[in-house]
Amino acid sequence: MAEEKLSVRDAVSDTYKYGFTTNVASETAPKGLSEDVIRFISAKKNEPDWLTEFRLKAYRHWLTMAEPHWGMIAYDPIDYQDIYYYSAPKTATAPKKLEDVDPELLKTYDKLGVPLQERAALAGVAVDAVFDSVSVATTFREKLAEKGIVFCSISEAVQLHPDLVRRFLGSVVPYTDNFFACLNAAVFSDGTFVYIPKGVRCPMELSTYFRINAQKTGQFERTLIIADDDSYVSYLEGCTAPQRDENQLHAAIVEIVVMNNAEVKYSTVQNWYPGDKNGKGGIYNFVTKRGLCKGVNAKLSWTQVETGSALTWKYPSCVLAGDNSRGEFYSVAITNNYQQADTGTKMIHLGRGTTSTIVSKGISAGHSQNTYRGLVRMGKGAENARNFSQCDSLLIGGSCGAHTLPNMVSANPTASVEHEATTSKISDEQLYYCRQRGLSAEESVSLIVNGFCKDVMQKLPMEFAIEATRLVAVSLEGSVG
Amino acid sequence: MSAWLEIKDLSAKVGEKEILKGLSLSVGKGEIHVLMGPNGSGKSTLSNVLCGDPMYEVTGGSVTFKGKDLLAESIEERACDGIFMAFQRPVEIPGVTMTTFMKYALNARRRAAGLSEMDAVSFIKRLKIRAKAFDISEEMLKRPVNVGFSGGEKKRMENLQMAVLEPDFCILDEMDAGLDVDAVKVAGAGVQIMRGPERTFFVISHNIGFLREQIKPDFVHILVGGRVVANGGTELMDEVEKNGFSRFYKEA
Repeated sequence: MAEEKLSVRDAVSDTYKYGFTTNVASETAPKGLSEDVIRFISAKKNEPDWLTEFRLKAYRHWLTMAEPHWGMIAYDPIDYQDIYYYSAPKTATAPKKLEDVDPELLKTYDKLGVPLQERAALAGVAVDAVFDSVSVATTFREKLAEKGIVFCSISEAVQLHPDLVRRFLGSVVPYTDNFFACLNAAVFSDGTFVYIPKGVRCPMELSTYFRINAQKTGQFERTLIIADDDSYVSYLEGCTAPQRDENQLHAAIVEIVVMNNAEVKYSTVQNWYPGDKNGKGGIYNFVTKRGLCKGVNAKLSWTQVETGSALTWKYPSCVLAGDNSRGEFYSVAITNNYQQADTGTKMIHLGRGTTSTIVSKGISAGHSQNTYRGLVRMGKGAENARNFSQCDSLLIGGSCGAHTLPNMVSANPTASVEHEATTSKISDEQLYYCRQRGLSAEESVSLIVNGFCKDVMQKLPMEFAIEATRLVAVSLEGSVG
Repeated sequence: MSAWLEIKDLSAKVGEKEILKGLSLSVGKGEIHVLMGPNGSGKSTLSNVLCGDPMYEVTGGSVTFKGKDLLAESIEERACDGIFMAFQRPVEIPGVTMTTFMKYALNARRRAAGLSEMDAVSFIKRLKIRAKAFDISEEMLKRPVNVGFSGGEKKRMENLQMAVLEPDFCILDEMDAGLDVDAVKVAGAGVQIMRGPERTFFVISHNIGFLREQIKPDFVHILVGGRVVANGGTELMDEVEKNGFSRFYKEA
């Protein structure tokens, strides 16, 4: 039972408990962005020429693009020349074994509750830890390798499996896709690479833990997951950052390729620093996540719990190309204080008999703005394709906003699209009832909100569900009374 | 030395409407009190004011509960001090199971009392024994709080919460209203099982048969116009049954 380990009281006693900084010497690229900086990054990583070219092509294209402003988020202009695009802890260039990892870094992940010590690790979770721009440790690699599974940082994958990386990098999210994806293609530093061979069911949860530490540093990680025919993998992603008064940029890409009869479950608990209660500081989170269900009966499921970041701009999507392939999107987005979230999904139905389900739960409190933005597109070939979408919004207090913007486009008369939406408030009667039983106002709100999100929370792997339930309580602190 | 619960000259309003107009009542530990009165006389208002419902504004008077100034406490502090209300129309909380809800409530009260939280196994044991007493199935305990429950099921669940949380001052607001004969019997079970020297009940009802057979009160109070106009025993119920509230209107 997930709730057994939860103590809401513990959870609400701290606001952002991941806001500490680790003191490690780091190596950074010169501030700002130029072809030289990109060559510096590429050289640091000892990359082959084709990848350096890929980066430079992206950079040159990026210079022709303008930052998009169609999202319902407002912020001061970002000075792209005032950011460090590469920062790496000096000691952590390429640790072969866990024993080689800087003890300061191990301590950091220990404090964050991320199990890097394999012997102490929770059964069934392999972790790749990304600190600022580089991967510092990947656990359980040998064990996974026995099954032919590749689980490593993308920098290593470039060296060890160049053919796979070259074939799939940018195949789902091309560098021309959008402004932030293009920036990422030019400067991406590290991230995780996963390859599950044909017919293999990954025996444990794979997980990446992202941590921004250095000041004035952007984080541009890139994750590439390939699930070959008849394979299965469940992948988890967690993120935190120190508490700082400045805004930090995070522009990541996740690309997933799902082949015939394969299944990928991708879960995120996003808890970047959200800024303080007056809206000062926090992470700007501009992320492009997309999966291609390439084969028949391929299945891709996105589950996200978004509680952090000052700004969130993120639409994990599924391109359902293979016949009878299936896409799912389960989302909880919580905004409090002055946070702004514009998030949702795209389900692009191309193949016959493709199906998709969207369940989105938005919770707004304080002065925050929370937008669901979705697109369901039924292509010409999407014979008998079906989509069902449900978007529920919950408002806490009278100063926040919730917006639902579903777009539906169908080019095939046999395809069906269904959309349901509700907006509700936590009622005074509900609060009175809970408090009459002995719960504080904050515990009551957290319980009611967890109930509201239950359908989505149940989709998370167990260990994440506990963390996510705690996060709901923490992120809503101060939202009542 | 004031009584266990001492209500003195209590006045309260909702919006601009004055409902309680100087109500006084002394209540001892281990007693069962029935509150009767015509609609709008202030029975439910009194109950909610004692619980701290923010919809009502106290405009005068005092309430002392176990020697403490009750009106200075928050809703949850009062609850943790032992005040429990069985609601007439309990509200729905989608997605939260009855089991989870009661466990959170019990542990909130245990923390307030300086006790450690009850672990899952002990809690489930405690819950199951009590659920059986109120004829509540395990399936019902897994359903979300009050969602899709019939009138009778809601009352049984209010009783169950009372039995699980073991408060020492229980207010039952029209527990029997709108129920059929069989369900009324179940509604009275809470008082029958829980009555004892350590626990006090306020029972609000218009149903004299229910009060006489199920509740068997020690004291009866008649409220009219926001005041207590008569205090007595079960003979007051007999009089109301025969003549209604007409005599008491005159006294008000």
